[in-house]
Amino acid sequence: MTNLPPPAGLHGPGRRSVLAGGIALVLSTALPAGSRIARAASARFAPNAFIRIGADGSITLVMRDVEMGQGIWTGASMLLAEELDVGLDQVTPEFAPPNDKLYRNPLLGLQATGGSTSIRGDWNDLRKAAAIARSVLVRAAAQQWNVDPAACSVMRGIVTHGATGQTAPYASLVPLAVTLPVPADAALKNRRDWLLIGTSQKRLDTPTKVNGKTIYGIDVRLPGMKIASVAICPVLGGKLARLNDTAARKLPGVVDVLKLDNAVAVVGEDFWAAKQGLDALDIDWDLGANAGLTQAQIVQGHADASAGSGIVARMEGDPDTAIAGAAIKRDAVYQLPFLAHAPMEPINCTAHVRQDGATIWCGTQVPTRAQAEAARVTGLPIEQVTVHNHMIGGGFGRRLECEYVGIAAALARQVPYPLKMIWTRETDIRHDRYRPYYYDRVAAGLDEKGEIVGWTHKTTGSSVMARWAPAGMRANGIDPDAVECAENPPYDFPSLRVSWVRHEPPGLVTAWWRGVGPAHNVFVVESFIDEMAHAAKQDPVAFRRSLLRMNPRARNVLDLAAQKSGWGSAVPKGVGRGVMVQSAFGSFLSVVCELGVSPENEIRLRRVVAVMDCGQAVNPNSVRAQVEGGLVFGMTTALYDEITLEKGRVQQSNFDSYRMLRMDETPSIEVHIVDSTATPGGLGETGTAAAFPAVANAIFAASGKRIRRLPLAAGLVSGS
Amino acid sequence: MLTLQINGHAAEFDVPDDMPLLWVLRDVAGLTGTKFGCGVALCGCCTVHLDGQPIRSCVTAARDAVGHKITTIEVIGDTPAGAKIQKAWLDLEVVQCGYCQSGQIMSAAALLAGNASPSDGDIDDAMSGNICRCGTYPRIRAAIKHAATL
Repeated sequence: MTNLPPPAGLHGPGRRSVLAGGIALVLSTALPAGSRIARAASARFAPNAFIRIGADGSITLVMRDVEMGQGIWTGASMLLAEELDVGLDQVTPEFAPPNDKLYRNPLLGLQATGGSTSIRGDWNDLRKAAAIARSVLVRAAAQQWNVDPAACSVMRGIVTHGATGQTAPYASLVPLAVTLPVPADAALKNRRDWLLIGTSQKRLDTPTKVNGKTIYGIDVRLPGMKIASVAICPVLGGKLARLNDTAARKLPGVVDVLKLDNAVAVVGEDFWAAKQGLDALDIDWDLGANAGLTQAQIVQGHADASAGSGIVARMEGDPDTAIAGAAIKRDAVYQLPFLAHAPMEPINCTAHVRQDGATIWCGTQVPTRAQAEAARVTGLPIEQVTVHNHMIGGGFGRRLECEYVGIAAALARQVPYPLKMIWTRETDIRHDRYRPYYYDRVAAGLDEKGEIVGWTHKTTGSSVMARWAPAGMRANGIDPDAVECAENPPYDFPSLRVSWVRHEPPGLVTAWWRGVGPAHNVFVVESFIDEMAHAAKQDPVAFRRSLLRMNPRARNVLDLAAQKSGWGSAVPKGVGRGVMVQSAFGSFLSVVCELGVSPENEIRLRRVVAVMDCGQAVNPNSVRAQVEGGLVFGMTTALYDEITLEKGRVQQSNFDSYRMLRMDETPSIEVHIVDSTATPGGLGETGTAAAFPAVANAIFAASGKRIRRLPLAAGLVSGS
Repeated sequence: MLTLQINGHAAEFDVPDDMPLLWVLRDVAGLTGTKFGCGVALCGCCTVHLDGQPIRSCVTAARDAVGHKITTIEVIGDTPAGAKIQKAWLDLEVVQCGYCQSGQIMSAAALLAGNASPSDGDIDDAMSGNICRCGTYPRIRAAIKHAATL
C-alpha cells in the first residue's frame, strides 16, 4: 500500500469565509447536470416515450433504467440503434423523468432498476419502439418520393431509395413524420441483419468517468447551496431527547443546525464545516425499545422461528418418507448474515424546497418513489416535485430505497436554500437498510446407488417483498424472493419440499441487496448439494451432472466450466476447487473457484472460471464485465462481511470493519460466454449469487472444512 | 489565506488550514472529479497527486499541500502517464459505476510515471489502497499492463 501523509491537525478550529466565484472560474465550475428530455429542436419526432428525434438530427433515448455501472446505457442504446438503423454513436441516452406509466419496468411493475431486469425488459420494448419509429420515418421518405416504403433501406439514419438513388436523413423527415400516424407494431429485424447486437461495443458512459467530468448526485453544485452532515439516532426507533448546539453554532462555516425527530443535521458552507459542527454537538438520544438488542437475540429469534412449519412454497412427492427410508441421510443448518450495500458513493441527496415546489437531485433506482417520498415529507403535490436523476456511484439495491430522499427533503424544507445532504461512510453503513439474515434448514437422503431420493429446504428470514412490494406476495403468503432458486433448483429431485417462515427481526430495516433471493438460496442449495456429493462419494461435477438430465443449459455451462477450469487436474497441497451451477435471473452460470487455505486458516483466492449462458449476449464485453464484477462483489461478501448489532447499534462503520477485497487479494477471473440465440437473461447479480457457494465449496475442497455460516473467513477460524 | 497550486493555477483559499484538501477541491474549488468515499484513507477514492506522488486528500490538511503541485483527475490526462492510463481504461472497458475510478486512475498514473513496466507485485503495491465495489480489479491490472505498452 502506498504510504500516505498522516492526518495532520484534523480537528483544530479555523477561520473561514465563503470564497467567491473568481477562483472557481479559474479552476473549473461543475454545474449540476439535469436530465431533461431533449428540448433543443422546435420540431421533434416523439413516436413513443423512449425516442426523441430532433429536426437537428439528434436522437435521444429516454432511459427508464438508471446507469449504476451495469452498462445499461450502452446495452439499451444498442437495442434502440439496431432497430432504428442508426449508429450507436448517433444515440444520446438521457435519464427518464419519474413516470410509472411511461417508464414502468415490465418485470418489476414500476419505474425501477433492479433484479437484473433491465435488458430483459428492454429487449422487447426498446426494439419495438425503435422499429415503429423507423417505420414511420421510412414511410415519410417514401411518401415524399412517392415510392414503396418496402423499396427503401436505412443506414446510419439515412433513408435510401435504391432504384432512384434518393436519400434523406432522419432529421429532414421529422416535419413530415410528426404528421403521420404511429402504428401499434412494426416488424423486428432478422437476426442475420443485426449490426450491433452481439458485438462488443464501447460504453457510452465511460469517457467522462475517466476524467472526473461525470456528475454523480454527490457532485451537484447549485448557487447558494449549503451542505448538511447528519447524525441519526444510533438505535432504530429512538428519538432525539436533548440537543446542545451552542459550540457547533460558533464554529466558522456553520450555517444552521436542523432537527428531525430522530436526527440532527449541521449545515455548513462546505462539508468539512458541517462535519466539524456535527462533531461539536452535544446530543442525548432516547434510544427506545431496541436499546438492549443483541446479535445473539436476533440469531436466536431466527432459530426459534425456524422451528415452525412455515408456508409450503412447493411440494413434490413425499420427501419426508423418502429421506426417512434413505440409505444415507444428511441435514444441516445454513446461516447468512445481515449485509450492508456500501456503495462507493455514500448516500447523499440534494433538495431545494420552496413554497411552489421542490426539486431533488440524487441518484435513485426508483425515481417515482423518490418523488413521492419528497412529496409526502414536504406536503407538496407530487406534480410539484421535480427529480433529477444522476449517474449512480454504486446501487446494489441501496438506491431502491428512498428514505434518504425523505430525510434530505425534511431538512431542506426548514431552510430557504438548496441543501446537499452527504452521509459519512460511518452513517452510510450504520444507517443502511440491510440484506436480511437467513436461517435455513436443509435435509436430503441418498439411496444405495448414491442418488438423491428426497430434499427439503426451509428458509427463515425477513420479507423485503412484503414491505417493498406487497403486491408481489403470492396469495398463499409466500414471498417469491425468499424461495427463489430454492423452490426451483436446477436439479431433478424425485421429491422436494421448500417452505418459508417469515421472521421480522427488530432493530433494523431489511432491503434488497445485489443478488436478492438467489444470493441467499443458491449458497444453501449449492453448498448442500456439494455435501451430498461427498456423502455419496462422488465427484461434485459428476454428481451435479447426473441431476441435470432435464436441464441441458445448466448441464452445458457446468460441463464447460469443468473443462475450462481443468477440473480434476492435480492441485498443490492446501489448494482446492469448488464448483457451483445456477439458473437465476433468466441466465445459466457455472463457476469453478480455486483457492488455497493455509494451516493458519488464511484463504488465498487463486483463480475463478465462469461460464455464462445468458441467452443472446447484447454487448459481450459488458456481459463479461458484469460477471467479473459480480463475482468480486460476492467473493468479498462471502469471505468477509456481516452486519451485527449490539445494544441495538450496528457495530460496523467503515471499510476497516466492513472490509472489501482489494487488488492484491483478487484472483484471476475468466468469463466464457456460451453462444446462444435464446432470449436475453439478466446479468448484474448472477456472479454475486454464484460466488458464495463457489468459494465455500472450494474451502471445503482445500481444507476439508464445511463452513455453513457466512462470512466464510470468520467461519473457518471458528470452525462453524 | 492559503495559497494552493492546483492543476497549474495558483489561487488563494480562505479556509481553515486543517481543512482536508478533498473538501477544498470539491466544495471550494468546485473540482468534483476527486471523490469522497470513506474520509479516513481506507478506500482511495480521493487520491490526488502532490508533486506527482499519490496522496489521500481526505486526510491531507490543506496547509500540508501549500508549496506543492496538486494535480487532480481533471488534468491528469495532460501528463503522458495519465493519458496512457485513461486510454487503457477505455480500451479495456475497466469502468463500471466509475465512482472509484478517479482515485484508481490517479494511483495508476503515479505508478506508471515512476515505473514504465510494472510487475504484478508493483501493481499490487500501488493499487491495493484503492477499493472498487464494482469489482473491476482484474481489468485495472490488465489495463495498467496495457498502458505500459502504449
